[in-house]
Amino acid sequence: MAQAFFGGVHPNDMKAATNEKAIEQLAPPAQVVIPMSMHFGAPCTPLVKVGDSVKVGQKIGEFHGLGAPIHASVSGTVVAVEPRPYSMGGDMMSVVIENDMKDELSEEVKAPENPDALSVQEMVEAVKNAGIVGMGGATFPTHVKISGGIGKVANVIINGAECEPYITADHRTMLERPEEIIGGAIYLAKMFGVDKVTIGVEVNKQNGIDSMNKVIAEKKAPVVVEPLHCRYPQGGEKQLCQAITGRQVPPGGLPSDIGCAVFNINTTCAIYRAITQGMPVVRKIVTVSGSGVIDPKNLECPIGTPVKNLFDACGGLKDGTYKLIMGGPMMGMAQYTADVPVGKGTGAMLAFCENEEQTVEDPQCIRCGRCVAVCPMHLEPLMLYQYASKNMFDELNAANLMDCMECGACSYICPARMHLTHMFKVGKQKLKDKAAAEKAAAAAKKAAEEKKEA
Amino acid sequence: MTDYKNLKLTATSSPHIRNAENTKSIMLDVIIALIPALAFACWNFGFRALTLTCVSVISCMFWEWLYRKITKKPQSIGDLSAAVTGILIVFVCPVTIGYWQVILGGLFAIMIVKQLFGGIGKNFLNPALAARAFMLASWAGPMTRWVTPGTWVSLVGANADVTTAATPLSYMKGDDLATTFASLKDAYSVADMFLGKIGGSVGEVSSLLLICGGLYLLFRKVITWHIPVAYIGTVALLTVLFSRGNSPVEWMLYNIFGGGLMLGAFFMATDYSSSPITGKGQLIYGVGCGLLTVFIRYFGSYNEGVCYSIMVMNCFAALIDRSVKPARFGVVKSDKKEAAAK
Repeated sequence: MAQAFFGGVHPNDMKAATNEKAIEQLAPPAQVVIPMSMHFGAPCTPLVKVGDSVKVGQKIGEFHGLGAPIHASVSGTVVAVEPRPYSMGGDMMSVVIENDMKDELSEEVKAPENPDALSVQEMVEAVKNAGIVGMGGATFPTHVKISGGIGKVANVIINGAECEPYITADHRTMLERPEEIIGGAIYLAKMFGVDKVTIGVEVNKQNGIDSMNKVIAEKKAPVVVEPLHCRYPQGGEKQLCQAITGRQVPPGGLPSDIGCAVFNINTTCAIYRAITQGMPVVRKIVTVSGSGVIDPKNLECPIGTPVKNLFDACGGLKDGTYKLIMGGPMMGMAQYTADVPVGKGTGAMLAFCENEEQTVEDPQCIRCGRCVAVCPMHLEPLMLYQYASKNMFDELNAANLMDCMECGACSYICPARMHLTHMFKVGKQKLKDKAAAEKAAAAAKKAAEEKKEA
Repeated sequence: MTDYKNLKLTATSSPHIRNAENTKSIMLDVIIALIPALAFACWNFGFRALTLTCVSVISCMFWEWLYRKITKKPQSIGDLSAAVTGILIVFVCPVTIGYWQVILGGLFAIMIVKQLFGGIGKNFLNPALAARAFMLASWAGPMTRWVTPGTWVSLVGANADVTTAATPLSYMKGDDLATTFASLKDAYSVADMFLGKIGGSVGEVSSLLLICGGLYLLFRKVITWHIPVAYIGTVALLTVLFSRGNSPVEWMLYNIFGGGLMLGAFFMATDYSSSPITGKGQLIYGVGCGLLTVFIRYFGSYNEGVCYSIMVMNCFAALIDRSVKPARFGVVKSDKKEAAAK
């Protein structure tokens, strides 16, 4: 078994609710709302206007700089191009498509005649045109990761850890579509020019490991499956690199700095579909679960499906549901409306009706040190909390607040129920604001001096 | 179908789940771990041990409630930390101590040592040990009257007429160590020391049951192994190496089973507020406690060194935390796999 990383927590994984349930196709939604920001980077510009008819796979959003294009996920008519609520909070320019239920494929989607004969450049281009982003939730544009990593990366790692509780979308993919995963892995090996791709999977998914090993043996693929300890955040990029290679990503760095590139299981499937079929990212497998869901399921749905359609397909919500979470319970975003659509990074949609947070009035740190013992980034959360709450910026920098990856392990373990992770998000923003303000002040001072001299 | 428009949703920051363990459950675990030693104290010294504990717990909780009330702060007695302090105060006193003295000890522990510094997690000294130091300074006589083990003292009254005996540690001091240590071995066997059939404070005598309680805390992950192992290990090592008896191992065993070492190592030095937060820091702190304990026992004028050594190290906890930091992620390159491959 691969080496472990320092710290981490082991929450009840709650996966039993859905890990035996096959991926179901959601009944086509009457309308989809496709936000123009489903990736890390600036939002896309809509390419369609109200009244246009669109087909599945047609490009409807173009990116600028860092980003990925966006495609229609159903065929039908554009009924609105306007800001709508989306998963990151607030509103985002979105294309609303009325579904004509014909599910017609766009002419833009063309499968190459011989996918295996494509050059590296053509394959990267196919990935870029398909609008693939990191589907584990980080939504970093995949073509940027590949083109930036070619030549630097020796370890291509596929992230099948799925360490967040409740989520089983990747697990089901391993069981039901192993050939897509292995196929995608082979293309990744080709693109990076490496002779081995490693798939890291937590040992609680033994049947998933077996299923992939079977396909690897059949295809004689240059892929190995590495079983990993069940420990959150094993699926964190830096922790996964550490577990597989034994190396640590330097502070502020990327996995490519230690010769690693990490891709999610479903991203790998998307790469396979993009290269073999020219198919862009238009569908997503979402685990719908949590104490507030009557009949938890794994559902595949078009991108842009309002999440209430997912809940309806699972029998609706229980009375007293007070929290909807897009993503896992450790790092997911709580939503304030059920109108938000499924995006490219949505792996799970959870509803809670029991008091999972167990919040208390006036939490008091008891200095037990559990947060220090679990922090996978080797920080001292209780100290950072004090500095952040008192705006002690120099101390925050000295204590490496910016290394925090907001995994939530410290808040999870805290017996006093301190709001540690929340305070760090606020503190990081304050540090960024302060740095920006200092930069602006320095620039203004310099400009004033130059003016004086002139 | 669900009415999605009228859902009452909260949108708080992640994570959205929490571990079941909380401050109250931790304190409850500590109380559970102390119960065997308390039961043994009742058998060894009579039910006054129990009534003293009840009075102490109630008074500590009352003082905490009163302070929070006067200063108009949210009430905190529900976390049971005051109850733990109450039990520990009695555990470090002789069974003949007066009820009113215990109540005043609780006042000092809760109001002066704990609440004046901001309450739970903010005190830099262990409240129970600070209370013991306060009581020893105030009532030196009553705080050092040790009844003969097996004597049941009466529930009320001063118990002026009970038979008293010297504690094992007092035999291990003085100019004529060879004779006194031999007479100690006649009076109490190693088994007596381990089981607790000796004189001493209410809760410190039975090493066996304190170790059981400590193992329970380790099993429940309330404490980590660092402090107890470093503390007891240091004392054991020093007393074997610099033995003053004719048999180093026996001298070591009498040292670690005598006095308050087990109570101190498992229940006092591991107090969260007054000990370091990193594993490495806790090892340094534990070794420091062990060194000071042996120094006081060997060279000090007190027979016992656990209380003061922990309190001195309490003062170093913040300094240790400041100088012992976890290695920054990604800075130390540990290419273990590559090294292994070569």
